[in-house]
Amino acid sequence: MLLWMGIFFILPLLVMLAVSFAGRGTYGGVEWTFSLTNYAQLFDPLYLRIYGRSLALALATTTLCLLLGYPLAYSIARAPVRWRGVWLLLVMIPFWTNFLVRTYAWMFILRTEGLMNQLLINLGVMSQPIELLYSDWAILIGLVYGYVPFMVLPLYAAMERLDSSVVEAAWDLYATSWSVFWRVLLPLTKPGVVAGCILVFIPSLGAFITPDLLGGAKSMMVGNLIQHEYLVVRDWPLGSAISFSLMALVLLGVLAYFKTDGRLDRFEGGG
Amino acid sequence: MADTSVELRDLAKYHGATLAVDHLSLEVRSGEFFSILGPSGAGKTTTLRLVAGFERPDQGEILIEGRSMRHVPPNLRPVNLVFQTYALFPHMTVFDNVAFGLEMRRVSRSDLRSRASAALDMVKLSDKHDRHPLQLSGGEQQRVALARALVNRPAVVLLDEPLGALDQQLRQEMQVELKAIQKQVGITFICVTHHQEEALIMSDRVAVMDHGRVLQVGSPQEVYESPTTEFVARFIGLSNHLKGRIATLHDTTCTMTAPDIPAAGSILIRRPPGAMEATRVMLLLRPERLHVSHNVHPGRFHNAVSARVDKVTYTGNEMQYLVRLSDSVLWKARLPNSGASQDRFRVGETVLLCWNADDGVILTE
Repeated sequence: MLLWMGIFFILPLLVMLAVSFAGRGTYGGVEWTFSLTNYAQLFDPLYLRIYGRSLALALATTTLCLLLGYPLAYSIARAPVRWRGVWLLLVMIPFWTNFLVRTYAWMFILRTEGLMNQLLINLGVMSQPIELLYSDWAILIGLVYGYVPFMVLPLYAAMERLDSSVVEAAWDLYATSWSVFWRVLLPLTKPGVVAGCILVFIPSLGAFITPDLLGGAKSMMVGNLIQHEYLVVRDWPLGSAISFSLMALVLLGVLAYFKTDGRLDRFEGGG
Repeated sequence: MADTSVELRDLAKYHGATLAVDHLSLEVRSGEFFSILGPSGAGKTTTLRLVAGFERPDQGEILIEGRSMRHVPPNLRPVNLVFQTYALFPHMTVFDNVAFGLEMRRVSRSDLRSRASAALDMVKLSDKHDRHPLQLSGGEQQRVALARALVNRPAVVLLDEPLGALDQQLRQEMQVELKAIQKQVGITFICVTHHQEEALIMSDRVAVMDHGRVLQVGSPQEVYESPTTEFVARFIGLSNHLKGRIATLHDTTCTMTAPDIPAAGSILIRRPPGAMEATRVMLLLRPERLHVSHNVHPGRFHNAVSARVDKVTYTGNEMQYLVRLSDSVLWKARLPNSGASQDRFRVGETVLLCWNADDGVILTE
């Protein structure tokens, strides 16, 4: 286990860490000189704007996934046992298709002559097609679509464990639906909410396929930036520095959460 | 109507195609401890959930203190349920659990504190107020669940198999305590249980239920001493039965003949109301009322029938015998373990079963 982690996880990370402090060769190689210039470059206003947009999009994605996923997970967990498997299967079926292919499908749906515009025109919502594709909205739709299952599964796991009579007890003790949700349901499913949010937030922050295909050339997120530095500009040291700072940021966020509110055992689902 | 706390009128509820509650009518009086006794699947819990409002009746009506509950959701009904699994809120302290109902009804802070503390005092858990439910024993959790219901001073407290999860000794202690608490607060209790002894000990009145119907309602004595149907008789422990016809009639007794055990001759029984010669009757006897011996005690018993011991079970405090009276009649007998050797019988031995006319319950058809 330790060896496995060492070879495939820790070693590459260490290499990346080393590279992030190195200099860039004239033709794209790595020059082994120590400098902090890569990290200093991160504070370029151009990059800061990209981080800001990525953060905003990842937060919006997480929020939307939570708002969509919570009622979905709840209804699956409360469905008759023989139906639960079917619903869960339906949630997971999209994974059987390549993510890239599914993102292309969204391009067909969202483009100006696409299904969405046709539908809206046929329904009489509008008369002229609007440009849906290549916007932040398209990225948001794509990300939410892609990551909703990551939200639903941990939420479902938390809700399935929940004794439904606890919810009934709150109802019996004069709680309104709203109070039942805030005072009993949400606190008791919080481990699932936290796990789901982490599982959605982290990959959507670093996403690059979705923004690349659905966002067009105008919009860049951190994921695209890293890809760009590595593969287009061939500035590996800068790419590494961006990757590392992103990772550190996420790690700090998660640690801060557990420091203030919680105990790790709750996240791991001790119940 | 002031005397009636809960009234069920012609209540029916389907679960899929099966009729879980079959046109049930009941009246529960104010301040009484009322038990619904029956085997699992009898529709007891469904009835309780209908009263609490978690399920809607397909037919009929529920009135609580004279008010129809037809369109009243659970959170607006003046009842509180003590769940079989207790359903305590695991993320709240014992105190917050108990105070939850008051908080939801926006009782003032000082009132809430004093009432919740008083409720915890009543169930003797004041020292555990800041614990979490999972840190408590089963018996303590049960008390929290009870306090959480009582603190709201509802018109009715509903209890779903309240002592089902407790071990035997704790169960017996809680039976007495539950009854005492109910008398103290004077709130109507409706308790669902499959445990006949529990129902008899705690209740002012008992309703015996089977297949969604109430078969008999009465005081514990009435139900225990004079069951009106074979089901009730068997459910409360009258497991030995014998069919026959009345032969001769006396003032308070009569004799019956049983074709299943011709050797017994005529058996002396209590005279049931409306009895006539040749009326079909069924004799029901509790296993513990049968006296088993090797020889007759002249004059001590009205009836004596010989039988062969088929099976012996040793349970520690008593001996249980399966005795065969004839090819088709197999009875049970239970004797306290006296330790005396003349009270022990072996398989295959022929013994004499003796009992008095008053020991039996007679059902007429």
